[in-house]
Amino acid sequence: MTEPLSSRVLPVLTIIGVIIAVWYAAAIWMNAPFQRDLDRRANVTSTTMEFIGKTLSQPKPVVPAPHQVARNFFENTFLRNVTSNRSLVYHSWVTLSSTLAGFASGTLLGILIAVGIVHVKALDRSLMPWIIASQTVPILAIAPMVVVVLAAINVTGLIPKALISTYLSFFPVAVGMVKGLRSPELMHLDLMRTYNSSTWQTFWKLRVPASLPFLFTSMKVAVAASLVGAIVGELPTGAAAGIGSKLLAGSYYSQTIDMWSALIAGSVLAAILVTIVGIGSRIVDRRMGVKPT
Amino acid sequence: MSMLLRSWQGTGALILCLVALARLPLLSPEASAPFGSGTTAMILLLVVVGALASFLRMQEAALAGILFVAAHFTAWLLIAGLSGNEGQANLSFFLLVAACWLLGWRCISVLAEIRPKTGGASTALRLLIPAIFGAWVLILWEAITRGAGVPFILLPPPSAIWERIIGSVSILAADVRQTIFKAVLFGYAVGCAAGFIVAILADRVAFLRRGLLPIGNLMSALPIIGVAPIMVMWFGFDWQSKAAVVIVMTFFPMLVNTVAGLGASGAMERDLMRSYASDYWQTLIKLRLPAAMPFIFNALKINSTLALIGAIVAEFFGTPIVGMGFRISTEIGRMNVDMVWAEIAVAAVIGSVFYGVIALAERATTFWHPSNRGG
Amino acid sequence: MNTSPTPVVSARKLGLTFQTNDGPVHALSDVDLEVSKGDFVSFIGPSGCGKTTFLRVIADLEKNTSGEISINGMTPEEARKSRSYGYVFQAPALYPWRTIEKNIALPLEIMGHSKAERKERIERTLDLVNLAGFSKKYPWQLSGGMQQRASIARALAFDADLLLMDEPFGALDEIVRDHLNAQLLKLWAATSKTICFVTHSIPEAVYLSTKIVVMSPRPGRVTDIIESTLPRERPLEIRETPEFLDIAQRVREGLRAGHSYEE
Repeated sequence: MTEPLSSRVLPVLTIIGVIIAVWYAAAIWMNAPFQRDLDRRANVTSTTMEFIGKTLSQPKPVVPAPHQVARNFFENTFLRNVTSNRSLVYHSWVTLSSTLAGFASGTLLGILIAVGIVHVKALDRSLMPWIIASQTVPILAIAPMVVVVLAAINVTGLIPKALISTYLSFFPVAVGMVKGLRSPELMHLDLMRTYNSSTWQTFWKLRVPASLPFLFTSMKVAVAASLVGAIVGELPTGAAAGIGSKLLAGSYYSQTIDMWSALIAGSVLAAILVTIVGIGSRIVDRRMGVKPT
Repeated sequence: MSMLLRSWQGTGALILCLVALARLPLLSPEASAPFGSGTTAMILLLVVVGALASFLRMQEAALAGILFVAAHFTAWLLIAGLSGNEGQANLSFFLLVAACWLLGWRCISVLAEIRPKTGGASTALRLLIPAIFGAWVLILWEAITRGAGVPFILLPPPSAIWERIIGSVSILAADVRQTIFKAVLFGYAVGCAAGFIVAILADRVAFLRRGLLPIGNLMSALPIIGVAPIMVMWFGFDWQSKAAVVIVMTFFPMLVNTVAGLGASGAMERDLMRSYASDYWQTLIKLRLPAAMPFIFNALKINSTLALIGAIVAEFFGTPIVGMGFRISTEIGRMNVDMVWAEIAVAAVIGSVFYGVIALAERATTFWHPSNRGG
Repeated sequence: MNTSPTPVVSARKLGLTFQTNDGPVHALSDVDLEVSKGDFVSFIGPSGCGKTTFLRVIADLEKNTSGEISINGMTPEEARKSRSYGYVFQAPALYPWRTIEKNIALPLEIMGHSKAERKERIERTLDLVNLAGFSKKYPWQLSGGMQQRASIARALAFDADLLLMDEPFGALDEIVRDHLNAQLLKLWAATSKTICFVTHSIPEAVYLSTKIVVMSPRPGRVTDIIESTLPRERPLEIRETPEFLDIAQRVREGLRAGHSYEE
């Protein structure tokens, strides 16, 4: 990257600025009819500026203004006791814990299956097509059923959500790992053959290191999928806590501002998770001799 | 050369058979329609024949054929014997199912080793092997759920799901019409088109590209599905709100991939266009868009799955009384799991067909790309 | 000539036919050849003449379909299992996640050498190829020529008597190639190894070899075997001598006799 920092940051900031401006305009525009209605019933006439100010400070607006969302997000994140039911940190933690549990087991499962597929031909020919095909299927649709069915046999809380995250994150990891374990060039494999190296040695000294960059790339996809899985897993049965339940509660009671800040919390969580895996990926790439650009 | 092959699946099947023989009968004494002794003997005999055959050195296709018939016919006999006896199966029943499964595995292993001479045979094999595997998932599912009497709400057997699909074609069709033909297709078309147009704009205006690309990359990782309740609030319960979710979800992958694709043409090719004094649009249409096609199709494929997910999950937040997501969330509330599975099966088929159509279109358009040539 | 009783490589009526979708391809047919200990044998010919295939048969990377071949009196498979040769590929084939010294350590790790012995051998072989100061670098930090030298060091590290080199300098420019040729000769003199060397450059073959095997395609076969009369000590200037040019002329005639230019 030879460009100066400013030439990369400035365009992003500009676009964000435009988005916020459009957001405000939309908030005024969309909230105006209700506000007008309100004013007429209360028999108030207000100047344009006053009117705009009121559209941006409704308690349950159609489109909450950015500053309303920001204030709500800030209050619920930093000012509340983290054990409080209204704290976003608390809800994020509930979602995060099942995301991480599911992500870890999904990654492990994906790696194991990939190792099996690469070494057992029958698995490669029979299972691999299904794994590829199942990526085209909206698996997320099973989520409510998993939660409800498990609740019927008294399994609730973290495990059902973690299961959903597991199966969502397992597919990309399995596919990426198969690609990675198969990535060594023929010449590298021939080289190992001239050393009369065992399958086990070839696996550890060649296939595993060659696959690590692929693993981390697929883990980035997997961790985002895990989070979506955990959030959707919180939708049915009206789970008591978590970002998903916060979204659902918001939509039931038309608490739009709460809904928006829950959405922001989910996005922040996703950004943090993907960034952490991304940093890991960058370190691995460097460690594995991928030429830095 | 020894006449015998090693076959751990065959050994395993024989051992399972022996244990099963010691633990007969197949069903518990209370079963209303127990297996006849002739059927039981036939089942055992078939498994033993299949297992012994797997040790013999013979033509692979013949061996696979014997194993195929032995494994699947026996499995069919076992499952057919279950009707009227749900939940009454003994240990020996499951041991024999496991033995059949080992023979099926052996069959797959044998087929996987065949190197067919003609292209047609190799395609057939490529389809047959996963088909057998898929069949075994269903066989085990059926045998275990019905044999052990797994509670219906926990996991209904595939046969019950199939009956439910056949019995509710009209409901399923109405749901598909609402969710797929209204929300998904409209949202997918608009989202992809918008992503594509903005990508072209971003390509023309470097400032826009530098600003949009990092945001687009970030957005692809975010749980955008969370906007569903907001969209439902804005656009109402009908399909328009679902289409809006689909638009938001499909927009960013298309944007990011198209921008990446437009940068994919080689410097040498671009210099060539320059030497012809070709203008921006000529270069775009003659060189850069064709070079970007693999990327654009990649986005179209990713989006096909995302669109289905978006529409179905958005329906969890409220719909009129029709739609796949609506059906899933209400039927699960009534514990009609077979209907939920039926919807999921339909969604799976539609997802695969959707993806398949795009893959075919890709093959027709980007036949020149290394990933589509030969092999 | 110190011809030992068992030749290092001995091929009799060796043939290899690939079955492809377009029918059988005769990569090698009726190859008879003996390589003695200490020889530097070059295989030269146009592409498709089977020179690389022959090297891969020696290395047990391909199996011959007819005839016989023995390496130090063993079958290729036994020879590979007793790790009796080092192989240098067309590309350096270094592992990008390992430093140069770790790349050289790779065969030693696989063959179970102790840590101290690995260290000692790495130092020795890096000295042999003049890369002593680069042990901690990653492959991509080195030039193409240096990478190929590192891959030669890797092939030398476990002290196999036979070195199989498949166009090792084919991807390098001529200036670097001249330099590496001279270095290779020095290395050969210092280690007294037997080298089988595949090339498509006539000057390279003549400059390096004690024996030049000329091959031609369709089917891949040996058309001429030329014993070099050049002395073992060869400065780069030897390439201007009439003797050198004579041998080069014979090679060229051998290639022409195989109709290799007309097809």
